[in-house]
Amino acid sequence: MPSFVINEKCDGCKGGDKTACMYICPNDLMVLDEERMKAYNCEPDMCWECYNCVKICPTQAVEVRGYADFCPLGASVVPMRGTEDIMWTVKFRGGLVKRFKFPIRTTAEGSAKPDGGFGVGPGTLDDQLLYTEPASLKADKLWTLGD
Amino acid sequence: MEEFKTVEVTTDFLIIGGGMGGTGAAVEAAHWGKENNVKVTLVDKAATERSGAVGMGLSAINQYQGENSAPDYLSYVRQDLMGCCRDDLVMDISRHVNGSVHMFERYGLPIWLDADGKYVHEGRWQLMINGESYKAIVAEAAKNALGMDNMIERVFVLRLLLDKNDKKKVAGAIGFSVRGPEIYVFKFKACLVCAGGAVHVFKPRSTGEGLGRAWYPPWNAGSSSYLTTTAGAEMSSQEVVFIPARYKDGYGPVGAWFLLFKATATSATGFNYMGEALAEGGELHKWPPYGEVKPIPTCLRNHLMMIEMFQKGDGPILIHTDKAIAKIAEKAPDKKAYAKEMKKLEAEAWEDFLDMTISQAVLWASKDVFPEDGPSEIMPSEPYFISSHSGASGAWTSGPEDIQTEESKKEYFWGYNRMTTIKGLFGAGDAVGNSSHKFSSGTFTEGRIAAKAAIKYIVENPEMPEFDSAEADKFKELIVRPLKHYEEHKDYTTLGTATKKYAQPVEEVNPNYITPKMAIFRLNKIMDEYVAGCGSQYNCSSITLNIALDLIKLLKEDVSKLAARNLHELMRCWENVHRLQIAEAHTRHKLFREETRWPGYYYRTDFREMDNEKWGKVFVNSVYDAEKDEFTMLTRPLLHLVDIKEVVGMA
Ligand SMILES: Cc1cc2nc3c(=O)[nH]c(=O)nc-3n(C[C@H](O)[C@H](O)[C@H](O)COP(=O)(O)OP(=O)(O)OC[C@H]3O[C@@H](n4cnc5c(N)ncnc54)[C@H](O)[C@@H]3O)c2cc1C
Ligand code: SF4
Ligand code: SF4
Repeated sequence: MPSFVINEKCDGCKGGDKTACMYICPNDLMVLDEERMKAYNCEPDMCWECYNCVKICPTQAVEVRGYADFCPLGASVVPMRGTEDIMWTVKFRGGLVKRFKFPIRTTAEGSAKPDGGFGVGPGTLDDQLLYTEPASLKADKLWTLGD
Repeated sequence: MEEFKTVEVTTDFLIIGGGMGGTGAAVEAAHWGKENNVKVTLVDKAATERSGAVGMGLSAINQYQGENSAPDYLSYVRQDLMGCCRDDLVMDISRHVNGSVHMFERYGLPIWLDADGKYVHEGRWQLMINGESYKAIVAEAAKNALGMDNMIERVFVLRLLLDKNDKKKVAGAIGFSVRGPEIYVFKFKACLVCAGGAVHVFKPRSTGEGLGRAWYPPWNAGSSSYLTTTAGAEMSSQEVVFIPARYKDGYGPVGAWFLLFKATATSATGFNYMGEALAEGGELHKWPPYGEVKPIPTCLRNHLMMIEMFQKGDGPILIHTDKAIAKIAEKAPDKKAYAKEMKKLEAEAWEDFLDMTISQAVLWASKDVFPEDGPSEIMPSEPYFISSHSGASGAWTSGPEDIQTEESKKEYFWGYNRMTTIKGLFGAGDAVGNSSHKFSSGTFTEGRIAAKAAIKYIVENPEMPEFDSAEADKFKELIVRPLKHYEEHKDYTTLGTATKKYAQPVEEVNPNYITPKMAIFRLNKIMDEYVAGCGSQYNCSSITLNIALDLIKLLKEDVSKLAARNLHELMRCWENVHRLQIAEAHTRHKLFREETRWPGYYYRTDFREMDNEKWGKVFVNSVYDAEKDEFTMLTRPLLHLVDIKEVVGMA
């Protein structure tokens, strides 16, 4: 059932006005059952297994069970996403476990400057230069037909 | 049914879709907007932090021009699309794309560097990244540029509204919130459509729980095409789908395996079909000049696989991961170096999946697949609409003024770069046709190009256009119709409400309505069986296409009977209406182009060959008249702005 919620771990994001999983799902699949204060995937067959709900859940209540129509049972792939890297634990059906760690970003969260620090170039609305060019191109000028 | 209230948003420039195109547009528009006192707003049906095709992450930036020239990149794109591309659009993106990539790096996207601090390439144009957070990082820059007050999330844009005095000019848009009973009415001077491509138009190979595991993300439902088409914009190359060949079922990427690890593919019995096809007199020589030059176009690579699988029955196609790994190991000087190299390669291979197609990792783990032990199956998927990749379907837009010849300027330039044939309506990414292979970085770049041009348009056309309020009211009624329809008829059968649970799960059966899920299945079946889906082994003819058009007509009528139990299903209903539009346009385009130009994407069995004389020098375009519900088909000249002497490939 693609992503699923482990009942005892989900705390409904403590009754905030929107839950983390509901906020993030690009396909609007995660729903909070307000009576039980538990989230669930309302349309598992429209889940891309993008893992965004898994990565964002503050209580690690969401996991993925591979699509039942072609994945044999028993394996799991579980991420732990930090601010700089992500740790993956891949458990095979046969029991083997592999761990991988990859960087996810090189700057502090929230710090992305729209111009990338290249500043505002000399362009005007009437020419072809984008506002950070030519500095962001790391070239002297922008190419045009005939160059 | 709850009462819906109307939220009015008045702005100058509305960006519809906050994917790669939309975030690029936000970054660029924020600057020019501030300088020229133009208000910019972005709307997305999801959370921009993870919305769109890059939401899961990516493991490569697929377009970086590096030291190559714009004509070099053009040579590659023109070759891959069997000649069908707009030179001006392709070279325009290419000349700017380096800048966007350099900005991504500064935002914090980890791009692999070699020992000398140079980017690590997967191929000539592709850069390897640690891209788990690619979208989150780029969206952060967009948010920092626009400010959260100017970003509206979880609002589905249904339709554009035209100027009441000028039906060739856009004036507004209408949509609804998927979080509360609210209709959104937008008023603006210009808008940019960048709402992605389309999936689940054709039946996917998996139809159980794995229905959502298409290669293309299930949340892009053809909104770009719907919004531009129904506004009356001229559309182009709607026949050109993309069919990726990927690891079977999980659709994990094969790029790193082919390009970086130099893996090879054979038929099931080990036949080197690529070698034979390349040799003199081989299959590829039947598709000159494109089949005769490397890199072999994507569709032709599919074509060769399809011959093995469907004509010879020698499937499945195997990718020999084990041999590729063994070969790399052979080069290692000793055991220790071998073990070290293997560990590095293994991590790289798994990262390729974990960064962008986690399902493939889940599948390998669940089947105990180890790439070093044996080959894996690869499979062509069902057709998708994604012109930013190796498809080409989208709006016909103006190009840049400076990349034109005297002749092309008359055909390809009408005042504002990336403006469609409707004034004030711009496109980027999957919304724009004939500038394929822009991928994530090129789409971000195209968003920037379009946004700058749109601000120029707004400065030069400062008056706020006005739509007919009766038209807006009509759509307000229409939007909630599926909810009303459900309420009116839900008690006719014994099935209850959205909240009631049954001991046995059941599908709603009701003679008065059709659920969004069944509407998608009906459309998928039509497209799969008659319009060259995988079920028909990618074959169609004028006979099957006409059958499809008849069935689509009936489905269009039944759309008025769509029923939704809640806001989530309401979005599903309208997504399917969007899908239906591109399905019909696509079918008509396929019918009009009487040749087979992209074997491996689709075959016209009644016109099996490529006809360069008749179809090699034109684009197939169409214009839709929403009032009459009629398509007009036409052609536009395909002009070459530069002569390509040699195709610059991947290596
Ligand atoms: C599986 C896959 C792998 C890929 N791999 C690579 C790669 O390795 N490297 C690379 O460079 N590129 C890759 N690409 C290509 C890249 O993802 C696309 O080129 C790029 O995302 C296109 O950008 P876009 O803005 O057109 O669409 P998207 O980024 O998909 O954005 C569309 C946006 O529109 C919103 N939207 C849709 N409908 C509506 C509506 N009705 N109302 C409001 N909002 C709406 C969506 O929520 C989304 O935010 C890959 C694509 C796919 C599908
Ligand atoms: S994010 Fe986690 S804790 Fe919060 S509602 Fe979702 S599953 Fe429950
Ligand atoms: S895995 Fe992705 S698509 Fe599936 S429910 Fe979670 S966020 Fe949504």
